[in-house]
Amino acid sequence: MQQAVTMTPGAVPKPARRSSNLGDTLFSAACHAAGGFVLLLLGGIIIELFIGGLPAFRAFGLPFIWSTEWDPVQEVFGAGVSIYGTIVTAVLAILLAVPVAFGVAFYLTELAPPWLRRPVGTAVELLAAVPSIIYGMWGFFLIAPIMAQHVQPAVIDSVGELPFIGALFQGPPFGTGIFTAALILAIMILPFIAATMRDVFEQVPPVYKESAYGLGCTTWEVMKGVVLPYTRISVAGGIMLGLGRALGETMAVTFVIGNANRISSSLFGPGNTIASVVALEFGESEMGSLKLSALLALGFILFVLSFAVLALSRWLLRSRLKA
Amino acid sequence: MDRRHFLLGTGAAIGAGLVSGRQALAQQATITGAGATFPNPVYQKWAEAGRAATGIAVNYQSVGSGAGINQIRNRTVDFGATDAPLTAQQLTEGNLLQFPSVMGSLVAIVNIPGIENEQLKLTGELLADIYLGKITRWNDTRIVELNRGLTLPNLAIAPAYRADGSGTTFVWVSYLSAVSEEFKNRVGVGTSVRWPAGTGARGNEGVAGTVRNIRGAIGYVENAYAITNRLVTTQLRNKAGNFVRPTHDSFIAAASNADWTVPGFAASLIDQHGATSWPIVSPTFILLPTNPTDADRSRNVMRFFDWAFKNGAALAQELEYIPLPNQVHDAIRGAWRNQIKVNGQPVWTA
Repeated sequence: MQQAVTMTPGAVPKPARRSSNLGDTLFSAACHAAGGFVLLLLGGIIIELFIGGLPAFRAFGLPFIWSTEWDPVQEVFGAGVSIYGTIVTAVLAILLAVPVAFGVAFYLTELAPPWLRRPVGTAVELLAAVPSIIYGMWGFFLIAPIMAQHVQPAVIDSVGELPFIGALFQGPPFGTGIFTAALILAIMILPFIAATMRDVFEQVPPVYKESAYGLGCTTWEVMKGVVLPYTRISVAGGIMLGLGRALGETMAVTFVIGNANRISSSLFGPGNTIASVVALEFGESEMGSLKLSALLALGFILFVLSFAVLALSRWLLRSRLKA
Repeated sequence: MDRRHFLLGTGAAIGAGLVSGRQALAQQATITGAGATFPNPVYQKWAEAGRAATGIAVNYQSVGSGAGINQIRNRTVDFGATDAPLTAQQLTEGNLLQFPSVMGSLVAIVNIPGIENEQLKLTGELLADIYLGKITRWNDTRIVELNRGLTLPNLAIAPAYRADGSGTTFVWVSYLSAVSEEFKNRVGVGTSVRWPAGTGARGNEGVAGTVRNIRGAIGYVENAYAITNRLVTTQLRNKAGNFVRPTHDSFIAAASNADWTVPGFAASLIDQHGATSWPIVSPTFILLPTNPTDADRSRNVMRFFDWAFKNGAALAQELEYIPLPNQVHDAIRGAWRNQIKVNGQPVWTA
């Protein structure tokens, strides 16, 4: 690290090129092909999904995107409920995860004693390595009963009685539902956001922070006035990265979201997401049926949604990625 | 061992291996099947037991009825399996023969404090109204009327259903549609439907887990699953107006009244007549190409099911399935003879 800083950019020696060598040519061609293959694959998937979904787009037109009907018996399909569920769970998960992730990153970079930083940091990263089916089972067999028996009845009886905001917390305490799904998602995306935040916080030049401390700032004032403004765009990029993951998460969400094709005003009500609908319905959709086409169309919409979020995160993180 | 001997030895071993491999190949044919999850336990059991007797290894993948239909249409497997029967027209279009293999039954499971197994009495109409979201409390007068001896709490009813497309759902909504005109019009019949109320869970275990977790929940699972997991089931009123418990005898009674002469053997065993009939019994089906490209594999599928029909009844009953009556087995063999042909010659000649 230290060496890299002292070296001037122009000093890097250019690698000698011997284009006459057949091995080099072949290797270079293979690398180009490998790179091109990824692009081809990505393009192929998008086109394939779109073509597969075309009959559904044709049959239902643009209203497919906001129609809330999903009736396999009458063959009427709309993506409204699943798009709503996907976005609401993902955004709610972000709202729950970001404050905790910020706390983790703040603690690891500013407050924790140096000997503790590595174990806690590793533990947070390990959270990301837990397979999503484990989160799903944990959510269904442990969290959902706790929500159903303790958390939800208490919230429904207290907050649920309030005007306006109360509508968000009503209905029977199923344990599963939009809120539980968002909670599980929040835990799943927490390590990604926390790791990104920690990395960018560490990139703040020490001289800025030391100057602020020299002026008599508290640790919190340094965080608020120096670190956050310096890193805010990268932090936003990290959050978008977490959002991208939350949008596409399938297995864990399928277990705990309640899987009902209804938009419920209550956060405790059941719902579904694009990924969960596709996972659950795929086995029972016949080839050439409108249902299969509708599922592929859903896949296409999810692809576009995730792609947009990821593109935005790359754009926000561009300065950090270049470094 | 010197080098020459070693080589000779290896050569002999390879030769012996080839010969025994050939023999094994002749004895041990493999057939592949895919589809319905509902009969999967009994197919696996049959495959295991039949392997020694018939020399046919069956590789069955329970990927869901819809996927099974797709795979047999594409001929990527030797047989398909489905819970929802195909129509005669679909069978002709796909050049497929459909026959039942075994029957199963569904039960309602509940989680109400103080209510024990087989205590609560329900009717099909009540179940339909519960799943339509019209009856929302366990102390609803219509439920209390049927259960004078029980104390039913003032508790919200939480209906649970299969969120994955499933043959179990197909059978369940077939029953609810048979007994309730409103359910038939508002929801209809399919492997996945638009549920007006309740919450969905994945697989039998998901529905059972949801019912176990939520006080006031009701769900539906295969009888075998309810028994092995000691779930709290209910009594149901059958077409004759009697309340019956989900027992082996009541399943057999329902099965004995079925009319199997319909095209594709697509007999409905839902809501059958008979004083002791359990109302929700259903056959599950096998799909076989009528124009097989490989006569041997097709014959092996039939040999396997022929063996299962003759010897598999006890295994099926152990797993709480209901074997088909013998005359149905004979009718199925007749259909094999008449319909599955290669170059005009029947594949099944036994």
